[in-house]
Amino acid sequence: MSKATGDSEKHPLDAYLRTERLPHIWCPGCGCGLVLNCFIRSLLKSGLNLDKVAVVSGIGCTGRVAGYIRLDSFHTTHGRAIPFATGLKLANPELKVVVFSGDGDLLAIGGNHFIHAARRNIDITVLCVNNFIYGMTGGQLGPTTPLTARSTTTRMGSIEEPFNIPYLAAASGATYVARWTTAQVRRLEKAITEALLKKGFSLVEVISPCPTYYGRMNKQASGLDTMKYYRSNSVIKPDIDLKYADIKLNGQIVVGKFVDIERPPIPNL
Amino acid sequence: MPEGKYLAGEFFMSGDEACAEGAISAGCRFFAGYPITPATEIAERMSQRLPEVGGIHIQMEDELASLAAVLGASWGGVKAMTATSGPGFSLMMENIGLGLMTETPCVVVNMQRGDPSTGLPTLTGQGDMMQARWGSHGSYRIIALAPNSPQELYDLTIRAFNLSEKYRLPVLIMSESATAHMYEKVVIPPVSEIEITPRRKPTASPEEYLPYKPDSDLVPPMANAGDGYRFHTTGLTHDERGYPAMSAEAQDKLAEAQDKLIRRLVEKIEKNRDKIIELDEDGIDDAEVVVCAYGIPSRVSSRAVERAREEGIKVGMLRLITVWPFPEDRIRQIAGQVKAFVMPEINYGQVVLEVERCAGGMTKTIPVPHMGGGVHTPELILDAIRQAVR
Repeated sequence: MSKATGDSEKHPLDAYLRTERLPHIWCPGCGCGLVLNCFIRSLLKSGLNLDKVAVVSGIGCTGRVAGYIRLDSFHTTHGRAIPFATGLKLANPELKVVVFSGDGDLLAIGGNHFIHAARRNIDITVLCVNNFIYGMTGGQLGPTTPLTARSTTTRMGSIEEPFNIPYLAAASGATYVARWTTAQVRRLEKAITEALLKKGFSLVEVISPCPTYYGRMNKQASGLDTMKYYRSNSVIKPDIDLKYADIKLNGQIVVGKFVDIERPPIPNL
Repeated sequence: MPEGKYLAGEFFMSGDEACAEGAISAGCRFFAGYPITPATEIAERMSQRLPEVGGIHIQMEDELASLAAVLGASWGGVKAMTATSGPGFSLMMENIGLGLMTETPCVVVNMQRGDPSTGLPTLTGQGDMMQARWGSHGSYRIIALAPNSPQELYDLTIRAFNLSEKYRLPVLIMSESATAHMYEKVVIPPVSEIEITPRRKPTASPEEYLPYKPDSDLVPPMANAGDGYRFHTTGLTHDERGYPAMSAEAQDKLAEAQDKLIRRLVEKIEKNRDKIIELDEDGIDDAEVVVCAYGIPSRVSSRAVERAREEGIKVGMLRLITVWPFPEDRIRQIAGQVKAFVMPEINYGQVVLEVERCAGGMTKTIPVPHMGGGVHTPELILDAIRQAVR
């Protein structure tokens, strides 16, 4: 694979993208591209053989990552990326299998698969881009939408408590759990690299802007506003009792590496 | 049970066990499933047998996950299977669609039980035949085989794997509780004598490889993940590169890609009907009535046919070993020469609708529906045969 060319017409990571598919579908200010960028840099840093890396996505805005990255990549059914990845990994343990999907895909329709994959400690890495909303379908309530936040199906504000993803993952048995926002790309890149090299079910949650829907309906008018909010409200607390890592509407975002433990994975080679 | 990797010889086995052994013989090395009566014994046996032959069994959290894992495993380069019954089959419909769209070889076994919802978990039925054909959304064709004995569960499981590799799609085995739990003699040939269809690997270089560019038989060669092809696959309607074909600039382009892809997915089955369809015929040439049956009712029908012949009725037997694709041409031919079809099914009439469609008014079609979780008595079918010639 070619390295960065220095050619101003080209992005240094073009070699790892299906550039013939650009422009992508993501809105201006969306965090998906940024997370993809971090992911590719992490992959390169990890030293993994890219012919042996497979990316599995579900459905949704983040789910489109599988179509843009120039690796073996699978855009599967809504919610089923994790079990698909489970079969892929078990069939060929040589592969590094990465699930790259959104909060709605992984935690609502795919929530059961998420907790069971963590419980059985299947050796995959999950990157969960959490933008607190369903973007692809137009801004509906998601499993992570904060209490009282507005969405197109909670016009008066959500009356439901959201999932606290790191707490859920840790309780379910994940060996590596970290959360960063798109305003901390260096730390995010490091976390993804660590997750990729971790044996067992590793999870990185990335808090990511959706200016088009979540932002517009919840007083973060632009992607930039959201990034400013992340920067001034992120608090690094790796040792926090994860029970308190929940995210309130426009509230503090606890970030850090919360879990990094050893537990026999499946497959255990 | 003798020890060793492969069994060979004569065995006394249940249908479920024979199905599992057929999978092992066919080269299946991955099974993901969820316990459900009456298919559970397949998972139990696979959990024991797969590790013995270097394969993997995993019990998933539900049937959605089971078929998803099977598809993933298939892309990992391993022949893979799941087994279930009605409630689980309903959950699998979404990923049957993904399997069809991404052209993923695998085998799905449905040991049918009775009635909708939880229905009759421990009793037999054939109520999922139309679901097998149409259950996942969108337009597609499917292959479904209907064994009527433990021996055939062994044989047809191998055939199902071969068909799935040849035509690149999930192949369904539509059996039923009665056969799943029936114990009979099963003859297993030495592994060297079993014909196996290998996966069609790409010959193009990774740079030139188009994952959905078909060969002349409309089936594209398949790279596995990790082979260095760095391919993309999606459940979205896609072009030959495997890329979504839905650019906003041209609806025409979408229509073209959809026509090309979906037409090909249909035609790769339609154009190979003769190779896929397997029938078992007896005494049809001079018959006045033909009993058409599949699965366990075909065995009861044999007795009814015998007794009808003793009464001097000219009756033939057409057993559908392949139910989907439906043997339309053969039914039309027979319809032109007999007075009636008699069709027993353990439901209120499903595949009989296809017989009736193909008979197209040329001849009578007499359904023999049967409910209650058991099989027909020969008398029920015999009565219908008598009625047909009256």
